[in-house]
Amino acid sequence: MGPIAVNRIYAALSALVLAFVVLPLVAIVWVSFFANKILSFPPTGYTLSWYARAWAQDAFRDGFITSVQTALCAVVISLALGVPASLALVRYRFPGRDAIQTLLLAPMIVPGIVGGAALFMAFIELEVLFDVEIAGTLPGLLVAHGLIALPWTVRLVTASLAGTNRSFEEAAASLGAGPLTVFFRVTLPLIKPALVAAALFSFVISFIDLEKSIFLVGPGRTTLQIALVSYLEWNLDSTVAAVAAVQILIIGALLLVSDRYARLARAF
Amino acid sequence: MSDVVLQSIVKRYETMLAVDNVSLNIRQGELVALLGPSGCGKTTILRMIAGFVPVSEGRITVGGRDLTRLPPAKRNMGFGFQNYALFPHMSVGENVAFGLEMRKLPKADIARKVKLALERVRLGHLAERLPKQLSGGQQQRVALARALVIEPDVLLLDEPLSNLDAQLRNDMKLEIREIQHSLGITTIFVTHDQDEALSVADRVVVMRAGRIEQQGTPDEVFAHPRSHFVAEFMGVTNLLQGRSEGAERFRLATGEVVAVPAASPAVGDFAIAVRPESVSLNAGDPLARNALFAQVDLATYRGLVIDYRLKTASGLIVIARRPSPAVGGPAPLAAGERVQMSWRPEAGVLVPL
Repeated sequence: MGPIAVNRIYAALSALVLAFVVLPLVAIVWVSFFANKILSFPPTGYTLSWYARAWAQDAFRDGFITSVQTALCAVVISLALGVPASLALVRYRFPGRDAIQTLLLAPMIVPGIVGGAALFMAFIELEVLFDVEIAGTLPGLLVAHGLIALPWTVRLVTASLAGTNRSFEEAAASLGAGPLTVFFRVTLPLIKPALVAAALFSFVISFIDLEKSIFLVGPGRTTLQIALVSYLEWNLDSTVAAVAAVQILIIGALLLVSDRYARLARAF
Repeated sequence: MSDVVLQSIVKRYETMLAVDNVSLNIRQGELVALLGPSGCGKTTILRMIAGFVPVSEGRITVGGRDLTRLPPAKRNMGFGFQNYALFPHMSVGENVAFGLEMRKLPKADIARKVKLALERVRLGHLAERLPKQLSGGQQQRVALARALVIEPDVLLLDEPLSNLDAQLRNDMKLEIREIQHSLGITTIFVTHDQDEALSVADRVVVMRAGRIEQQGTPDEVFAHPRSHFVAEFMGVTNLLQGRSEGAERFRLATGEVVAVPAASPAVGDFAIAVRPESVSLNAGDPLARNALFAQVDLATYRGLVIDYRLKTASGLIVIARRPSPAVGGPAPLAAGERVQMSWRPEAGVLVPL
């Protein structure tokens, strides 16, 4: 088999995989314009009314706002914890370093349901111990979302730090800058692209989370994803498809922007 | 006064000894080159002086002040990095101003000093540019200005010329020396290039495997290598092994007896170091007592010179270097030609094996 044939097979396989990933997304956007009363095929006509209907639903509007707020907090938490942690992991050698690195990346590997259940149970234990409410509260939700976003921030920022020559920081130090000054005046500006990417990615990861949030939301405070699931329990129409299409648009745009700052593929 | 004194410096990494008990006194205003192959510990020493790497054992003092445990920011040293390490997000002017800002100088003073520092390296007109908009040579000069503007006690340069092309390297060599002499600043310069070390430094310290192998003025180190390693590093390609028999007689491993300088050590196993430039071909030089017949084994054209690998019937191999016809040298010899090679006894230096 010649190299051209191999290339063709490779290209065909790649196209197949891409189609497998993209087709459902295309389908849901398509369905969101169907005029059918109940989700079904083929379309009887096309309409934009599902989008109007989605916006009219309080559950979706409130869910959207909660999700955005939560995601913004997740960004702040994951950067505030992830950047110093990455710096320590990349720049210093200390006992337990590998263990900490694994631990920080763990939320990425543990199934969301398991992580969510674990958090929920831990919160309940803490509630019993300290007699405070955590599980159904906003702080509880925010901690969980910070946790979901953290591994991605650590991944992106450690990759960027590892690729940054230490001599810039050494130069600043030898010119008289203390460790904090070096960090804020030299290190942070150097890894800015990774910070932007980490922020955007944290936002997206938090925004799309369902599994962890489902354990931790309180009454009257659901995220958009949970609102969608609840809606699907009793309804089967294209409103959900319309909400999904809007989300695909927003998240796609965010990922495109973050990829301009730091090649996501390079961090993994 | 800023004499730099290294007292029994040791740097140990987990499994290896990078610097093995090095002591060195560098006088105020002296320009010292640490010369050696990669991995010999020269850069580690420089980085320990700067404070980037902690010292395992020993003491570093500058002008009597013990710096061994001080962080880099408190040492007042100018460091020139191999990659220049100009802050990419700051303009040239901001880069040079950085060290002065850290010293909390008034704004007006900073502006004045930055201007002067950039003018000294003839880059006053580029203060607004970003480092990436400059050529390699310009970046090197900005790095130098940035390191010098803080009026450091010591200037440390890590392979400052290795990223420049040949022409620029020559200019920069002269420029570094001029600036160093005019400021009278104590300077330590790390390089793996013997030519750089010889042409820039007041004193050359040759290092090998974490230790100082030999030190002295460029001429001392170049003309009187005291070891096989230094001779080889100084570009002596002929290291002919054998035994010194006393009375200026030296018996080569291949059997021939040649004359060596009168001051040579008495008896024992040595190598004679003879520069390829010192080997004459068919010269008929009456002073060249060491004359041997050989055959041209290989001729390598190198532009200004041609290198001939010569082989005697006994198997001795000697490299001879002659000017090429391009610079008025004699007509080239062909491989296989028989020649008489010779060198003056005083051109050979005995070095321990």
